[in-house]
Parts: sequence; structure tokens; C-alpha cells
Amino acid sequence: MEGDDDTSGPMIDDEIYANGVDGDNEKRSRPIMSSEQLDIEAYASLYSGRTKIMRLLFIAQRSQSNEAMELEALRMAYDEIKKGENTQLHREVVQKIVGRLGPEYGMDVAWCDTVDRRAEQKKEKLENELNAYRTNLIKESIRMGYNDFGDFYYAHGQLGDAFKSYVRTRDYCTTSKHIVHMCISSTLVSIEMGQFTHVTSYITKAEQIPDALDPVTVAKLRCAAGLAHLESKKYKLAARKFLETGPELGNHYNEVIAPQDVATYGGLCALATFDRMELKNKVIDNLNFRNFLELVPEVRELINDFYSSHYASCLDYLGNLKANLLLDIHLHDHLETLYGQIRHKALIQYTHPFVSVDLHMMANAFKTDVSGLEKELEALITDNQVQARIDSHNKVLYARHADQRNATFQRVLQTGNEFDRDVKSMLLRVNLIKHEHNLRSSRKH
Amino acid sequence: MEAIQSLVMNIQGLSSSGDISHLHVLLKQAQESLYAESTRLLPVLDQLDPATHSLGYLYILEACSSGSISKEQASALVLPIARFINSCVAEQIRLQPDKFISVCKRFKDHVMLLEAPLRGVAPMLTAIRKIQTSSEHLTSLHPEFLLLCLLSKSYKVGYSVLDDDIFEVDQPRDLFLYCYYGGMICIGQKRFRKALELLHNVVTSPMTSFNAIAVEAYKKHILVSLIHNWNFCTSLPKYTSSVCQRNLKNYCQPYIELAHCYVSGKIVHLEAMVDRHREKYENDNNLGLVKQVLSSQYKRNIQRLTQTYLTLSLQDIANSVQLNSAKEAEMHVLQMIEDGQIFATINQKDGMVRFLEDPEQYKTCHMIEHIDSSIQRIMALSRKLTAIDENISTDPLFLSKTGRERQRFDFDDYDSVPQKFNI
Repeated sequence: MEGDDDTSGPMIDDEIYANGVDGDNEKRSRPIMSSEQLDIEAYASLYSGRTKIMRLLFIAQRSQSNEAMELEALRMAYDEIKKGENTQLHREVVQKIVGRLGPEYGMDVAWCDTVDRRAEQKKEKLENELNAYRTNLIKESIRMGYNDFGDFYYAHGQLGDAFKSYVRTRDYCTTSKHIVHMCISSTLVSIEMGQFTHVTSYITKAEQIPDALDPVTVAKLRCAAGLAHLESKKYKLAARKFLETGPELGNHYNEVIAPQDVATYGGLCALATFDRMELKNKVIDNLNFRNFLELVPEVRELINDFYSSHYASCLDYLGNLKANLLLDIHLHDHLETLYGQIRHKALIQYTHPFVSVDLHMMANAFKTDVSGLEKELEALITDNQVQARIDSHNKVLYARHADQRNATFQRVLQTGNEFDRDVKSMLLRVNLIKHEHNLRSSRKH
Repeated sequence: MEAIQSLVMNIQGLSSSGDISHLHVLLKQAQESLYAESTRLLPVLDQLDPATHSLGYLYILEACSSGSISKEQASALVLPIARFINSCVAEQIRLQPDKFISVCKRFKDHVMLLEAPLRGVAPMLTAIRKIQTSSEHLTSLHPEFLLLCLLSKSYKVGYSVLDDDIFEVDQPRDLFLYCYYGGMICIGQKRFRKALELLHNVVTSPMTSFNAIAVEAYKKHILVSLIHNWNFCTSLPKYTSSVCQRNLKNYCQPYIELAHCYVSGKIVHLEAMVDRHREKYENDNNLGLVKQVLSSQYKRNIQRLTQTYLTLSLQDIANSVQLNSAKEAEMHVLQMIEDGQIFATINQKDGMVRFLEDPEQYKTCHMIEHIDSSIQRIMALSRKLTAIDENISTDPLFLSKTGRERQRFDFDDYDSVPQKFNI
């Protein structure tokens, strides 16, 4: 779906503007997108480089029940790998294909050998050059040498060595541009390796550079930071970072993340963690972020629905997006939590303005049955997130506000009792210690 | 024997003339000869009157009851001792309190030997009242008395003694035993709050060496806090002695596991846990308490329902609390309403329970009196605290210690408090 929007960009934009101009009626009658299967080709075209291959492999792994999709993903992965120089991935993907795609998609031993031999030669050449530069002690050349090494290792899938090489350039960086380049490269490799602690540290390093960074780099860094927060389950911080990403990002960071992803991740995290005012200020009224949201109209719709309390359609959109989001490499294991939080927020927001709520109507609004709703509300009430009580006989929820006066009296009496008890035991203990002290001093004498 | 006779004459003479101190000196000198004749002293007692010749009587009695006693001798001694305790004069006794205490302790041993603890309860109570210097004083007799009460199941009498607050203690061991037995009596009377206080005192008392009383007290403390508070605090307070903090948990493992299981709220797990450690609980004589813990789990779960529901059907209550039938649920709810643990009405026609708010409005005269008396009580306690603080701050030892440890930064700090007090 996200891919469709991108390839037929201008037309969709017109449609969106048309809807907005005509007003609310049009919005209501607009059909909710059915959960079409992910268009793998369109999806893959959003990315470039290693992440494209990894994403395709992930999709293949996750859609093992849907053979057509799996094979499609594997086929595209195979083609992409052939364009690169990573023989390890080639072997992996061939194993996964298991010959199902015919003879052209089998193990190409000749190609592997050629690539490996070329790699050996290139490595030797790079090493020789680097040694020459090192003996000559030309800082800039040494830095370039290490960078080339890093790129080489990265292309061949040796991520650990690539990371080490990039980090080594640090000592030879002379301008801030060099440092930025080093940080960006290390971040890229760390994300691929999944080591997000390094990501955070290098982003901080890059942001501390006193010269103004150009907007594209700033946007890249924000995205990477958002990803790091997402992985460590700090959804609020992740949301803030994604929302601060400027539209200059465009397609420049396709080797890590697509702008559609920025919109989706940012939107979902914000919805799950922001309160109403923050949601309005930072998401709905955020002009920069609107550019991203245009790319994923479902997310935009669902945020607006949530804000205007149309919970049924909001939850519908979420449900439709779920299947495809589960195939996303970064979001899949956070999806359940985020969805749960969004649902809870919806329930709390629904009950907040009312003194009494009919549970049947609420169940309709949330497209669930009354007993399930009761269970969910019970959990929220026990957690103290909803101040209410359930009348199970008539199926009504009554808001309940604690009586301050009684509560105060109760607390006072209780504190008095505790004071009484504690001081008495303290006096007792003092006496015992005094006795012990006396005993000890009498023994001394 | 003549020495004894002459002693008796002295006792009679000096007691009637009121020269007790001289008598005291004589008695102390005659100590050895009394012990030598211990077996034959019993008939001598008939010549003396316990009321007027209390001190002399005490010495002779103590000599009689020292050493090992057979059952017949014990039964012979019990009655005279009881009568003595009832009629002796307090001032004379207080001249030699340790003898009095040892006599009473022997009395308790006799009574236990005869397997009639009930006979010892009343005399012990009188003995305590006579030897106490004030109602806040804990004597060595208190734990013995409570032990007799426990053995003879006369809990009410024991409980009346527990009402006094204790501030002065002779021996730490007395306090531990007192609090432990006191806790058990309170449990027997179902006064769980006071039991918790007493057991808590044992566990958190300052102690230099780890003892078994603290272990047993902690086990009961865990169980009682589950029954009364429906909750359990895993960490001991900061003021607990370090020996306790280090070692208590190791000895009470099955109870701590039980507490964790309870807090998680699943009845089935709790029952399984009880079965697993059943033998250990039985060995510690805590099985009755453990059964009470089990039934209080239902109460806790029902109480949590009152926080979320206004009305609930009995069947739903039974389902969520994991009871077998609506009838059982009804019985539990009824019991809780009677005990005042929840406020609710049961509508038997629909099988619905309606949970109500606490009807206490804190507006009655009775409540105002209660608050007023609490304020007075706490003010008295504060005054006591201030008095103790003043006492300590004028204590020479304290002053010399702080004088030594004060830091001096510049010349102006050298004020008049000297570094060392030479008194």
C-alpha cells in the first residue's frame, strides 16, 4: 500500500486535496482501505543497499504460510544479491529457495568464485595502499584508506570488520565533515548489525559537532535516533525524534529507512504515548510532519479519527495495517505493545468526559462484545487509569470520584495510629539499646 | 537447726518492729545455712506469716524451692507459694526482687510439672503486679505468665496484661519471649493488629546474636500480615539489627514463598504451595494459621472486586475469585459483611451483590470523641519523647562523646563545651 502511493504519487496527491476541499462528507464516504497484500516490488523499491535485501529476506521468513509471497520475496532478494558482492547472503538465499524457483535461481558457484577472487585481489590492493599511506603518514589518505576498507567489508557482509574500519578513521579526521561521515557510516553498520547502543553514541557524537550540519544529515541523524529509541522501547522519545525529522530527508536515507516508515513509526508511537494536547500540537498541527503523513494516508486518517473520537474506524485502520506492519523489520515485535497502548488510550479517552456510560453502546463503538469490554475496563480500573466502577447488573459504567473529606479523615486516623505504634516501638528499642550499652560499660569496668 | 530457729525468731521480732534493713542484712548472712537445710525448711514456714514477715518468708521459701524437686514435693510447695504471692507485702519483696522472681519461676516449673498450668495463672498475675515498679515495666515474670496463659488456654487474662505499653525492660530475652507469647495470645483472640505489632517488635529489636525466638516470630509475622493486611512487605525496616537482616530470610524460606504466591493472587497455586510445605508448617505448629491464610486469599480477591464493580452477580464473583459455586460466594460475602471488611447488600432474588461505600461520615459525636482522645494520647507520647530527648542531651556521657567528635573549622568554634568531661 505504501508502495502504491509512492509510484503513483501525483495522482494520489490530487485525490487527497480533493477530499480535503470538499469537506467532511467526502471523508466519511471514502472507503476504508482493504488490507491488500503487500506489493513486494513497490515496497522493495523504496529501499536500496543491504537493507533492501534484509527486508526481503525478513518478509520471506515471515510469510512462510503464503508461498507465493515468500517466493516472490526470495526471487527479488536473489536478484538484488547478484547485483552486489556478498557471497554469504547468496548462499543463504539459495538455501531458502530450495530450488523452488527453477534452475536460474540456484547456486551459482561460478559467480561466487569470481566474486570471491575479485574480493581477495581488491583486499590485497587496499591493504598495500593503506600500508603505503601509513608509512607516508598522510592523514587524509589513511582516512580514505580505512573508509575504503570499511566500504569493502560492508559490501561483503563482514559487518564487524566494517564497523572497526570506520571507527579507525576517527583518529585521522581533520574536518567536521569527516567526523560526520564517520558517524553516519558507523551508524549505518550498527543499525544493520542491530547494535543500537553504538547507534546512540555515534549520533550523540555527530550532534555535538559545533558547525551547523546540513539539513539532510540532521534529518538522517534524527531518524537513526528514532530507530534506536524504538528498539529500546522508549516509544515517547522515538515519537519525538521521528516528528522532528525534517522533510528534507526525502529519499536520501533509503539505505536505512523510507519516509513512509518515518510517518508510520512516528505516527503510531505518538498515538500510543502522547496525551491529547501533545498529539494536537506535535502531530496534527505539525506542518513538517504532514509531508510525511501524506505518504501514508491510512496513518493520517487513523490519527485524525482518534483525535475526533471515531474509535471504530480508527481501530479498523489499525487492524488493516497490522498484517503488513508485521512484515516490517523494525516494527514487528513492538506492534502488539503499541496497539495495546493505543486501544487502552482510546478506552480511557472514551470514558473520560462522562458520568455514566452504557456498556452496550461502548461495545458497539469499539466493535467488541460486552463481556470482553468489561474485562478490559476491569484491568484499566485496577490499574487506576480509569476512575469509575462497573454496574455489572445493568451494564453501566459510573464515574467515581473519591470523597476527599472522608478520605482525609481516614488518613488522619491511620497516620495517628501509625505514629503511636512507631514511637512506642522506638522508645522500646531505645531502652534496649541503653540496656545493652549499660551492660557493655558495666562489663568494661 | 538452732540457727534456723534463731533466724525465725529474728524474723518475727524485727518484722514486727519494722527494722527491715537489719533483717535484710541478717538474712543475707544466713543464706548459706538456709541452703544447707533446704529439705527441712518446709515446716518452718508454718511459723511465719507471709503478710508481715514477707522478706523472711521469701528467703526461706527460696531456699526450699532451690534444687531439683520431685512431683510430691512440688505439689506440697505449690499451695504455700501461691498463698505467699497473694498475701505478701510489696515493699518488702522489692528489697530482693531477684529472689522473688526466682521463687515465682520455680513456682511455674512446679505447676508445669504437675501439668496444671491453670493453677499458676492467677498467682502469677498478682506476682507481676506486685513486682512491677510501674505499669510500663517489663519484668522477667511477664513471659512466664504468658506461657502459663497459653498452655492453659486462658487467653483473656493474658490479653489484659498486654494492654499495658512497655517502655522499661530488664532483660532483652524477656522482651523477646514476652512479645512472642503475647503475639500468640493475640492471634488466639483474633486481635491480629496487636499481634502484628508485638511480633514486629521482636523481629526488629536490636540484638547482637541471632536467636530462634526471632525466627519463629518472623514466621508468624509473615502469616499474620497476610491474614490481616492481605499483603506482605518483603523488606525488613532499616532499623532491624544486621544479624536479623542477614539471616532471617534463610530460615523462613517456605513462608516467604507462600507470601509471594499469595500476593500473585492465584488460589490454585497457593493451595499447591501449602501442600508442598505442609510438613514444615506442621512442625512449626503453624498449620492453623496457614489455613487461615488460605481463606483470607478469597477475602482479598473479593475485596479487590469492590474497587472495580458497583454490582456483580454471585456467579461472577464465584468465577473471578475461583470459588466452586455461587452459594460459597454468598457465604464468603456474608461473612465479610458481618466482619465489617466490606460494605454490601445481597439481593437474593437476582443473585446480585451491590457494593456500597463506607457509610462512615465522620460526623458523629462518637467519632469526635475518638479523634479527641487519640490527639490527647499522641500529645502525651510526644511529651514523653521530648522528655527522653532532654534527658539524653544532659547526660554526661553523651556530651563528652559529642564534644570529642565535633569538627573545628576556625577559632570561633572553640566555644565553652570542653573536649572531655572529667567528673
